[in-house]
Amino acid sequence: MCLGVPMKVVEVDPAVGELGGLRCKINLSLLDSVSVGDYVIVHAGYAIEKLDEKVARKTLQFMSTLSRGGSRTAPTPGHDRI
Amino acid sequence: MKYMTEFRDKELARGLAQRISSLLDGSASGGYTIMEVCGTHTMNIFRYGLKGLLPANLRLLSGPGCPVCVTPTSYIDQAITLAHVPGVIICTFGDMLKVPGSESSLERLALGNVKVVYSTADALSMAEANPDKKVVFLGVGFETTAPTIAASVLEADRKGLGNYFVLCSHKTMPQVMRSLVEDVGARCNVPLQGFICPAHVSTIIGSRPYEFLAREFGIPCVIAGFEPLDILHGIYMLLGQIVRGEARVEIQYSRVVRPEGNPRAQAVIEEVFEPCDAEWRGIGVVPMSGLGLRGRYQRFDAALHFSIPAPKTREPKGCLCGDMLRGVKTPPDCPLFGRACTPSHPVGPCMVSSEGTCAAWFKYQGESK
Repeated sequence: MCLGVPMKVVEVDPAVGELGGLRCKINLSLLDSVSVGDYVIVHAGYAIEKLDEKVARKTLQFMSTLSRGGSRTAPTPGHDRI
Repeated sequence: MKYMTEFRDKELARGLAQRISSLLDGSASGGYTIMEVCGTHTMNIFRYGLKGLLPANLRLLSGPGCPVCVTPTSYIDQAITLAHVPGVIICTFGDMLKVPGSESSLERLALGNVKVVYSTADALSMAEANPDKKVVFLGVGFETTAPTIAASVLEADRKGLGNYFVLCSHKTMPQVMRSLVEDVGARCNVPLQGFICPAHVSTIIGSRPYEFLAREFGIPCVIAGFEPLDILHGIYMLLGQIVRGEARVEIQYSRVVRPEGNPRAQAVIEEVFEPCDAEWRGIGVVPMSGLGLRGRYQRFDAALHFSIPAPKTREPKGCLCGDMLRGVKTPPDCPLFGRACTPSHPVGPCMVSSEGTCAAWFKYQGESK
């Protein structure tokens, strides 16, 4: 039930999200500032958080290095934003 | 970056699983037991065949993080009572329809006034479009869903809607995790060594509410995303802590989750709800693990408005859902599993929800170990 899907915000007033060509109305009232082009996690029609692309890329990079056998002791990315 | 397919790469998944195996190979311990608290993790572990990739000495337990599964029978009975009140429209997330109450389920009753909605916004529209009816939303879910329900109450308040109500059964995770740690320790010989914490509950509440698990109980926690690579990466991080003898709360799902969570969503919850004791199916009453409407919003409380009598409930005979939810049994231990209890004829709630442990085992049992 806690499933949330990443959607691209294509309109903000009223807000519309897009995923795989499908568009639906979303509610942005739980977030402070959202712009067209942002990706958000949508749960039950509400955007509950923005996705951080820079951190996502770092995580993927880290997973890729780890998967190939490297960086076993390197810290997980993203903690620099803490 | 679409944030989905990138995190489902098969080759990377195999590599991560190998890293997990080599991490455990070098350690002295005979076996490891960790729990994924959230039903969405359980479902995706099965859906993506992750169990088959993981080493045999790693035991994954499913937890109580499936809102439908932990909803008590009495709540379903109350919803059914309300559905029979003339002029009432019940709005609910689809998962709730099949959950058996003492005598029947909302689906079996096949009433025309029970509507499946995707969002509380749909329920509000229903209330606006039907001013002569009373719309009751079945408010079930954890911290992920609570702000969306709270927001609908605020919206109804702003619009002066007098015919929108919520039948509250919201629950919060950290409190039940505490009871679980105390309970599993007491009742079962399986030492729980770590938690994979829920992705989207944590999106709202952040990482801090789990810190007591590390501090008081020495149990490491990792907040992992729901995609297969996230789950494997999260397990790797968790086992890393266990092997090194550490206990911290780490965030794997850092592209979404911040330590402080989503303060705006927390403020909306705080405005509308206050903590209360809550009954969890199979676990019992857990102190302050629920959310009830605050005094100034009590006119939206369906239980108060309709003053529904507390029903006398009957739990299904032989059903072990309670043990599944505490992680002390697995579905094959249940005599009903796959025989009297199947997804088309569920006896217990863990077989009803698509995220229930029993439903996941039933659907993917051929691929599980």
